[in-house]
Order: sequence, then C-alpha cells, then structure tokens
Amino acid sequence: MSDFSVTAASRPQKWIAGILVIGYALITILPLLWIIATGFKSPSDAIAYPPKIVFEPTLEGYVNLFTTRTRQTAEFLAENPPQTWYEAIVAKYDMTIVGPSRFGERFMNSVIIGFGSTFLSVFLGTLAAYAFSRFRIPLKDDLMFFILSTRMMPPIAVAIPIFLMFRSLGLSDTHAGMIMLYTAVNLSLSVWLLKGFIDEIPREYEEAALIDGYTRFQAFTKVVLPQAATGIASTAIFCLIFAWNEYAFAVLLTSGTAQTAPPFIPTIIGVGGQDWPAVAAGATIFLLPVVVFTILLRKHLLRGITFGAVRK
Amino acid sequence: MAQIRIENLRKDFGDFNAVKSSTFTIEDGEFFMLLGPSGCGKTTTLRMMAGLELPTSGEIYIDGEEVGGRRASERDIAFVFQMFALYPHMNVRRNIAYPLRSQGVSRTETKRKVEEIARLLGIEDILDTPVGGLSGGDRQRVALGRAIVREPKAFFMDEPLGALDAEFREHMAEELRALHDRMGATTVYVTHDQLEAMQMGDKIVVMNHGVVEQFGVPQDLYDWPASLFVAGFLGSPPMNVLQFDGAVSEGAGALELGGTSVTMPVTREGARGRLALGVRPEHVHLDSDSGYRGRVIATEYLGTTQIVTLAAEHGEVKARIPSDIRVAEGETAGLRFDARKVSVFDVETSRALRSAGNEEVLNHG
Repeated sequence: MSDFSVTAASRPQKWIAGILVIGYALITILPLLWIIATGFKSPSDAIAYPPKIVFEPTLEGYVNLFTTRTRQTAEFLAENPPQTWYEAIVAKYDMTIVGPSRFGERFMNSVIIGFGSTFLSVFLGTLAAYAFSRFRIPLKDDLMFFILSTRMMPPIAVAIPIFLMFRSLGLSDTHAGMIMLYTAVNLSLSVWLLKGFIDEIPREYEEAALIDGYTRFQAFTKVVLPQAATGIASTAIFCLIFAWNEYAFAVLLTSGTAQTAPPFIPTIIGVGGQDWPAVAAGATIFLLPVVVFTILLRKHLLRGITFGAVRK
Repeated sequence: MAQIRIENLRKDFGDFNAVKSSTFTIEDGEFFMLLGPSGCGKTTTLRMMAGLELPTSGEIYIDGEEVGGRRASERDIAFVFQMFALYPHMNVRRNIAYPLRSQGVSRTETKRKVEEIARLLGIEDILDTPVGGLSGGDRQRVALGRAIVREPKAFFMDEPLGALDAEFREHMAEELRALHDRMGATTVYVTHDQLEAMQMGDKIVVMNHGVVEQFGVPQDLYDWPASLFVAGFLGSPPMNVLQFDGAVSEGAGALELGGTSVTMPVTREGARGRLALGVRPEHVHLDSDSGYRGRVIATEYLGTTQIVTLAAEHGEVKARIPSDIRVAEGETAGLRFDARKVSVFDVETSRALRSAGNEEVLNHG
C-alpha cells in the first residue's frame, strides 16, 4: 500500500479527524459565542476578571442598545415608578427612558443599503455575465480584464476621490450613493463569478427553447435563470457579506440619514460609560440578517440541480 | 411537411470559413443525411437551417420561403441535440409540453397531446419523473417527444445517436427510421458515421472542409463517388485508389495501368497527368489470366467473405471475395476489375471524370 492510496479511514483515524474538526470549529466560533454571551451580561459581569462563564442573564444590554436614557433623582423616580419591565431595568441605575436610540434607524439603513446593493450587483452581474458568456462581443477578453482590474487595489485606496465626487454630486450620506458605491465594488466579483456559472450551462438548453418557440429573453428567464440559481445565490451571499460589513466607506461617507450599523455600533460605547453589553447586543443583532440569508440560500449552495440532465 | 432548399450558403466565423458554398435540395418527407468528418461544416449548415446561426451569405428556403434571417421560433422546425438538452429543472411531462406552452395550447389539449406522444414513444410510465435519472435511451425518447409534439414542418437532428452506447444505437436508429416513416416529416440528420448515413438515409450530402463533395441517394454515392474524398470516406474498407501517370481520352473504353489494359465505362471527358483508378473491393476479382498482378500481404476473414490485401504496382488493393477461395499470404495473384464499376479521377482536382457509368449520377448532383 503506498502512501497515496485511497482507503477507508480506520476508527481511531475518524476519531482524531472528528476531534480536530470540532476543536477548530470551537476556536473559530468562540469569539462569536463570547459576543452573544456578553450581550446578556450586566455591565459589571461583562468586565469581571476572571471572566464569568456562568452569569445571571439580563436584557440590560438590549434595553440600553435601543433606548436613550437620562439620570434622575431618587425623588423623581419615587414619584414616577417604572411602568414596564424595561423601565424597571433602567430604574435600577436611577435612570428613565426618554426615547428610542438611533440603532433601529441605522440597522434599517444597513438593510436597505446592503440588500439594495446586493440585488443590483446580482441583477446587473447576471445580465452582463450572460452577455459575456453567450455573445460575440468585441474586445471581450479586454473588457473582462478591465472589470477584474477594478478590484486590483483595495477600494478604500480611492476613498478621497470618491469622497470629493460624492460631495459635488450630492451623494454624500444618501442611500442611493451608498448603494451605487457598494454595487460598483461588488460588480466585478459578481460578473466574474456568474460568468463562470453561466459558462457551465450548455447553450443547447437555450437553443432548444429558441426552437421551441420562445424569445431570447424568455429562454434566459425560463431556462438559464433556474439553472443559474446556485450561482446567483452564492454570488448574492458574497455581495451581501461585503456590503453588510463594510466599515471604512461608511465612516467616511455617511454620518446621519444614511449611516449604516458598522460605524454606529462603536459609538454606543461613548454614551454613559463603556457599555460593553449594549455593544455586544448591537453586534449580535447585526449578525442575524447575514446568518439568516445564508441559511435561507443554503440549499441552493448545496444542490447541483443540473446533475444528470446532460450526458457529457 | 416541407421542401428545404439551400443555395450558395456560406458561413464565416471571423477568419475561419466553416461552410464555403453549399447548394442542395431536400425533398418533402425525405430522411436526409448530412455526412462528413468532424469540422466539415455539417453541423454549422444544420444550425443555419434551424436559425441558430446567421448565414454569412446565401439563401435557405423552407417551402419556397426564404428564412435565412428569421428567428428559429418562426421557422416551425424541431431540433434534437446530441446531448438531448432536456430542461433539467422540469420533469418529462413538462419537457415534452414545453413547445406547446409557447404556442398557448390549452391545458387539456396539451395533456392529451403529451400523453399521445408518450404512448407513441413508449414512455407513458416515466411522464412524471424528473429527467435527471433517466437512461440514455429514455432521454433520447423524451427529446424526440419534445420535437414531434408540435408537429413541425421539419426535424433537424444533430448526431442524435452519438451519445448512446453502441449496442443501443442500432435499436434507436431503427426506432428513429420507423418513426420517420410513420410521420412522413422531412428530417435532416447530421452524422459522421457513414454506416449510419447509408443505413438510414434516403439521400446523403457528403461535406468536407466546408464544401459539398457530393449529394444523392446512398447507392449512387457509393457506386459513383464524385471525388476522391467521397471514394475514401464511404465504404468499409473504402474504395481502392490506384494513382498513375497517364492519359485518358474522351470516348475511351479502357486505360493503360502498368502495361495492362483495364476496361472501364466509356469516358465522356478526357484528362492527362496524374490520374487515379477507383474500384470498390467487391469489384476486384482474383483472376490468374490478368496481367495486372499483386502479392497477397494480408487476409481478413469475415464469414461469408474475406478481405484480401494485395501489394500491386500502384499501391495496395483490397479485394472482397468469397471466403471459400483459398488464398495464401505471399502468393502472387492476377487482379481483374469489374469493367462496369471502374471510376477514374483527376488527382489534381480530385474530381471523378464523367463516363457512361456515372454521368447520370454526377449530372443531378
């Protein structure tokens, strides 16, 4: 038996492999678990040393994340006892709630800008990739290289020109501006990824549809798109992850109306002491949409729907 | 039901000339074969007829109407692809029904038609299964079903048996031919397999390097090849070609081959220079009286016949003779060619010279 032969793993080998995989997964997921746990700690538990593994969970972090509060005298609190569970939580610290925080708005900005730019990137990317894949386009290779070249330096390298451009075009701190920016950054990735997927779909499917009496566009929507679903889903996940997590441009180009969650979350620290549970709660909620989106599209990532339909 | 006429059809892909200038006519109801080696332009020709490629120049007429610039969907034809191209995200029923949906055929009518077609092809029991797990033969039948369900003017098939196992091809070829005979629709069939072409086709076009070499019924092409290419491409083993320097005058009934006179059909044109005599192996006989001799270098036993390979003055000659004739390797034998079946080619142009034998065949081709 040579070292390169393919044989079934023995029982101890499987155990060792299993332990390695689980160990690696734990190391990777630990910071995430730490953040989630911190979100449910009280401020004193959050900074306790040695760190508390077992603690009494509280929603203080989440209440603080979603509200703005003000300190009150004991007399005022005695006259106005807390009406709700979240008012009771802040009352422990001699505070009352004066209104919602900005987190909800910022989070919605992230949703609009993140999903908006993802939709545009995938939509435009699919059309472009189909054209590049199927038609004779003059200078096709050069154009594809040009598209790739837009990603050859980090996007933030052109931050200053973009900042100036956005200011003179009135795009600073607007949803449209941020959607355009993230779409521009993601397009090269989406065109290249999707072209690869569409190249894999045999032309004969569309040709069969053309002969069966459909137009080119119908062939595209009814035959190509369903089969490109896997590619479209994975491309969408990549685009969303980038747009969702982007920090540098968001700090630079947004401040008020269009500010996304990433630049907002660090500002929570500054409001009334170092409120780590609120920051952790913000980070936890911020993670959810990408996780949910990925889980929803997971079956498309795993399923090879063209399997067996073509004999090569 | 349609007659299809191709006139001076040409296709260039950039600098590459795929089809030079094709002209031929496919009569209504014919099973028509486009035959040639890979890269000869047969598939490109078919794709232009179907509307999947635009011709660079030339005309395509379906039922007298010029359709060269029309969309595939406007030509009322069906296409069977080599890899079948069944829609992988649909089951068998929806695959077959798909061409009807584009025409807005009603649900009940569609259901009735699909089931009728499925019965015809013997695939009723798999109608509701996905196409992914089907065997090659069943996929082939579904692809055929999708083609015939719309009752188009013509069927175009691009090596439809190419993806099937050898044992199954024979069976499917018979099924296809039977289906054609039942429906009587014009069928154009691309293949590189000369046996398939001869076995199934009413007529054959032989193409090579983008040029139509010859066009006619299989027997004519086999007996009277118009060019050295057709002589070498059709038949197994192919036609014997013996090259020699000499001259043939118009009206001659014999030629000189290595000092021996070989009788042949009376020529209708003369030629001189490098010429070639062509004769099929079954028209070569061993005859001890003949002055043209060869040494036996191999024999191949094929049951009732045998193929004897002889080294003669102008190259190897293969003879197909009854297997009860005893032939030993190394012996020398005289060769006689069937005088009615001899062709003469001009090597320079590779064309066959006209003679009393082939003039009818060459005139309409």
